[in-house]
Amino acid sequence: MTSAGSGLTLLQTCALSLLVFTGASQFALVGALAAGGNPLTAAAGAFFLGVRNAFYGLRLSQLLALPRAVRPFAAQWVIDETTAVALAQPTRRSARIGFAVTGLSLYLLWNLTTLLGALGAEAIGDTEAWGLDAAGPAVFLALLAPMLKTTTERAVAALAVVLGLGLLPVLPAGVPVLVAALAAPAVLWAQGRRRGGTRTHDGVQDTHPDAYAQDTPEEDR
Amino acid sequence: MNTWIAIGATALGCYAVKLAGLMVPAGALERPLVRRLAALLPVALLAALTAQQTFADGRALVLDARAAGLAAAAVALVLRAPFLLVVATAVLVTAGVRAIAG
Repeated sequence: MTSAGSGLTLLQTCALSLLVFTGASQFALVGALAAGGNPLTAAAGAFFLGVRNAFYGLRLSQLLALPRAVRPFAAQWVIDETTAVALAQPTRRSARIGFAVTGLSLYLLWNLTTLLGALGAEAIGDTEAWGLDAAGPAVFLALLAPMLKTTTERAVAALAVVLGLGLLPVLPAGVPVLVAALAAPAVLWAQGRRRGGTRTHDGVQDTHPDAYAQDTPEEDR
Repeated sequence: MNTWIAIGATALGCYAVKLAGLMVPAGALERPLVRRLAALLPVALLAALTAQQTFADGRALVLDARAAGLAAAAVALVLRAPFLLVVATAVLVTAGVRAIAG
């Protein structure tokens, strides 16, 4: 919808959804092109927004344990929503099913709505009036909530929110979320430090986060 | 033509980063620190995204009907409401607040 209104052809709009399939990157690219930006600068901005998918892949490859040959095909579906759904599953089997079902249905829906949107850009009207723009964050919140089991996860989430919102006005689009990802190593580091500090009396002063990680029970599913 | 170049570059770049994450060898992920980090990164990213989609308007921070919708969704989550009900609550409350305010 947005792209049809900013000078892209129907074919270009659909190619974008089929090939890129990362909502935030698509909007960023279209927005930058519409504003008359250089195509490569626009692509670079969109790329930054897509970088977080690499972090998702890191977690998903442990969780799903996909055969090497399947990975290039699964990769296209590594996005916010599929990761969140897969991580919310109790077993590897259901995680795989969750990833595949979410990936397939989103891929079909996303491309179908892109086509419909490009065909009749104005017909649907104002989605904001219906409060539909709150559905996205609500989905993320619902998927995030079960992950916040311990104080570690809560601290990471809280710090990420502060970084993500605080840096939004000052950094280019996509970068604040990447900086917010630093909340994870930062919290681990702080915990390792605190543990290291309490152990100084017996001569072990290990400020490396590994000190924490190594004696933490595995939470593999 | 320029648009096609931009589309092609974005598609390649975005696919490459998705694949890169998946292709990291399992051996590298065995280290406890890496495991913990990989588990916590999605938490950080999703939390930041949720906050941005709730409070951001472009690059400005705003407090609008979405915040009320998300607060309602949070209450629904605390009450252990099912997934779809949580999302529906957020949508309805957001629309309701907009209807009243606007």
